[in-house]
Amino acid sequence: MNAPHKKGQTWDIHGGIHPPENKTQSLGKPIMQAAVPAQLILPLSQSIGAPAEPCVEPGEHVLKGQLIAQAAGFVSVPLHAPSSGRVTAIEDRPIAHSSGMSAPCIVIDTDGEDRWGERTPIADYTAVERTELINHIRNAGIAGMGGAGFPTAVKLNPPADKPITTLIINATECEPYITADHALILERAGDILQGVDVLTHLLQPARILIGLEDNKPDAAAALRDSLRDRPYQVIEFPTKYPSGGEKQLIEILTGKQVPSGGLPADLGIVCQNIGTCYAIKRAVVDGEPLISRITTLTGNALKTLGNTEVLLGTTMQTLLEAHGWQPTPQSRLIMGGPMMGFTVHSANVPIVKTTNCLLAPTAEELPPPHLAQACIRCGMCAEACPASLLPQQLYWYSRAREYEQLEAHNIADCIECGACSYVCPSNIPLVQYYRASKAELRERAEEHIKAEHSRQRFEFRQERLEAAEREKEAKKAARKAAAAKRAAQKEASTPDGDNSAATAKQAEIEAAVARAKAKKVGIGQPAHSDDNEVGN
Amino acid sequence: MALLHVTSPHMSRAGDTGSVMRHVLLALIPGIVVMTALFGWGTIVNIIWACLLALGMEAMVMRLRKRPPMFYLRDCSALVTAVLLAVALPPYAPWWLVVVGIGFSILVAKHLYGGMGYNPFNPAMVGYVVLLISFPVEMTQWAAPAGSIPDQAPTLGPLSALAASFPFLSSTPVDAFTMATPLDVFKQNDSLMVDELFASSPQFGRFGGYGWEWVNIAFLLGGAYLLYKRIFTWHAPISMLAALALMALIFNDSGSSASGGSPAFHLFTGATMLGAFFIVTDPVSSAVSNIGRLYYGAGIGVLIYLIRSFGNYPDAVAFAVLLMNFAAPLIDHYTQPRTYGHKDHKSHNEDRGPK
Repeated sequence: MNAPHKKGQTWDIHGGIHPPENKTQSLGKPIMQAAVPAQLILPLSQSIGAPAEPCVEPGEHVLKGQLIAQAAGFVSVPLHAPSSGRVTAIEDRPIAHSSGMSAPCIVIDTDGEDRWGERTPIADYTAVERTELINHIRNAGIAGMGGAGFPTAVKLNPPADKPITTLIINATECEPYITADHALILERAGDILQGVDVLTHLLQPARILIGLEDNKPDAAAALRDSLRDRPYQVIEFPTKYPSGGEKQLIEILTGKQVPSGGLPADLGIVCQNIGTCYAIKRAVVDGEPLISRITTLTGNALKTLGNTEVLLGTTMQTLLEAHGWQPTPQSRLIMGGPMMGFTVHSANVPIVKTTNCLLAPTAEELPPPHLAQACIRCGMCAEACPASLLPQQLYWYSRAREYEQLEAHNIADCIECGACSYVCPSNIPLVQYYRASKAELRERAEEHIKAEHSRQRFEFRQERLEAAEREKEAKKAARKAAAAKRAAQKEASTPDGDNSAATAKQAEIEAAVARAKAKKVGIGQPAHSDDNEVGN
Repeated sequence: MALLHVTSPHMSRAGDTGSVMRHVLLALIPGIVVMTALFGWGTIVNIIWACLLALGMEAMVMRLRKRPPMFYLRDCSALVTAVLLAVALPPYAPWWLVVVGIGFSILVAKHLYGGMGYNPFNPAMVGYVVLLISFPVEMTQWAAPAGSIPDQAPTLGPLSALAASFPFLSSTPVDAFTMATPLDVFKQNDSLMVDELFASSPQFGRFGGYGWEWVNIAFLLGGAYLLYKRIFTWHAPISMLAALALMALIFNDSGSSASGGSPAFHLFTGATMLGAFFIVTDPVSSAVSNIGRLYYGAGIGVLIYLIRSFGNYPDAVAFAVLLMNFAAPLIDHYTQPRTYGHKDHKSHNEDRGPK
């Protein structure tokens, strides 16, 4: 696992692109504090995994930081009240999703007091049980803050046969426009490192690598200045999108590739986002659950740009209006960055744990997409693909719905980073094709499983029916035999009682043998008979 | 309020297919200038006539297919096909030769196969080969390069060139001074040592065909520009040139009368550089991965040499390219790059498993 290599050595990844960074406009100012809004809307599902289950009732008064919904299972995170107030509804509300769908939310009308409930800091986390500490992090509702939102505690429980040797802290922030992590590092590097300390204590890795692109030397310096005697390595590497993808960052820092379909833990690696480390520090050291986050507000449609610490559940509308946003029906509002973010259908949707950026561009800044031209197989997409796929082949197979070819060309390894679409001279929305094909493949796989289930159910039923039929036949045969025996008895009259009794016994035994035989055949046969059935 | 809904990514690099094609056209200019200087205005007449025909036919097909013609004409792909075929044709080619060639390129090779992006064969090369096989006399009448014969008349100017291609426009017939191409002469030679041949025939220059050396250098310059602009990767053209040079090296035998010609001769004579940087690099009809393009280019290089030396035709770029166009899907099948997180290159067959 610990291949001998130079300290701080980095590897290059295949492909990648250099889009305009557009990061300066939201940097340079301290992190702002967004006001507590009159109403907070908290979707029960804010991360990967099962939605949380509400544990408050409408009408109930809640305090800031109070648990309002519990985790439903292992891969699920709980939810807390971001401010004090009254729960007014638990109902479907529009959420931030590319489909514009609604989902169950807890609605809280804030009382303006912003009064904290009980906070539960752990004075010395090295003194508590490992499981207790992990549970504490789970109960704080922390999910990956980089955008994907994977429940953090799950990653802290690696299988026993896969010891963690390397902890990687992802401070890459490779998407254009987004500066939330950057701003956080500049202001709170010490807090972040305390969070890393907690992770280090839990995972006991041999080395801790903090990776970031070389376009933020001030952030690297801030981290190094706060390191003191910690043995963590702050590693800078050339700026290139998408270096911040988990798989890409692992290759850059270790030279190893996460096996397809596997997890970083297969390589002895755990990767956590820098914002997640900060949330862990707040949870463990300050006893505060995850109820706010740093979000980048950027784009030329805003009057004031920058990073703001905002309560979860604040609607985008409220937040952006405070920054001078005046939308028109042709406005685009993107949650996330310009490469992987998605447009929301309405701004009346709440900020969630994964909202790292709100990008409100003008039409000049991000013009509407051009009409797609024919693919000329120029191969620029293959040059740009960080997963070494052949995007143009995937495109042709997607159009032709050749699912076997799509699987043979490893469409499942596509991370949807958008580098191919970015470079495509024919302006083909490639990623959209892959998303559609992946969804189709998933559906087919589910169909296949369903079909397999019903086939098994059918065969089982068939077998059961036939067994019942055979049993009936056997009983019939036994009855016949018994009747024959009785007739024979009658015929024989009463010359020899003993003899007749013996005959009766004989017949009974024969009938039993016939029954047993029938049963035996019944067990041996069904597969065969079912084949015929299916064949018909 | 409903906001604009667009899928990611929301940024894209400036430029479109049209700009790629315009770079290619730009890169062809040095070669065209040198050809005009050597052979007179016949090349220019070919190009203009071919472009008019190609645009007209493309627009017509688009109208027939009920697509907006201007949107498709803007991608300039028809112009690239037209110019490539035009520079491959002999200067002062009769007007109808260009009509037949462009007709086959645009109508048959491109649009009957599904249009832009779908054609398995390079359209310009299909047009060229159809002409070469159907009209061998007209296709092998190459003008003598200026200065190759000491007391030769000057090359034709624009008007005479026009009259040479469109004889019905002029009352007096105009004929360009033609002679065999260097590859032709080299092929026919079986008695002279290579040195003697170079000394005795006006077709030869310092190491390649007279004048053709400059044509090739000019196309090489254009190719270098496209490489610099990252219009294509180096894999296919460099692989083709290397394979051709290697074959020439193997069969060179230090210049006897049976020599196949030196690597420099093959690299800088005929359509080598035009083929390497403007035909082999046509992405639509080539292999798709970089490794695949290495094989694809190498195959073309080897075939060019084999056909030039042992085949019936003096030059061979068109045939070699078309043959490898056939092979491109096969190459793609076996040269899928290793995807991130996979152990090795996966062949499709292994992947499918038993049915």
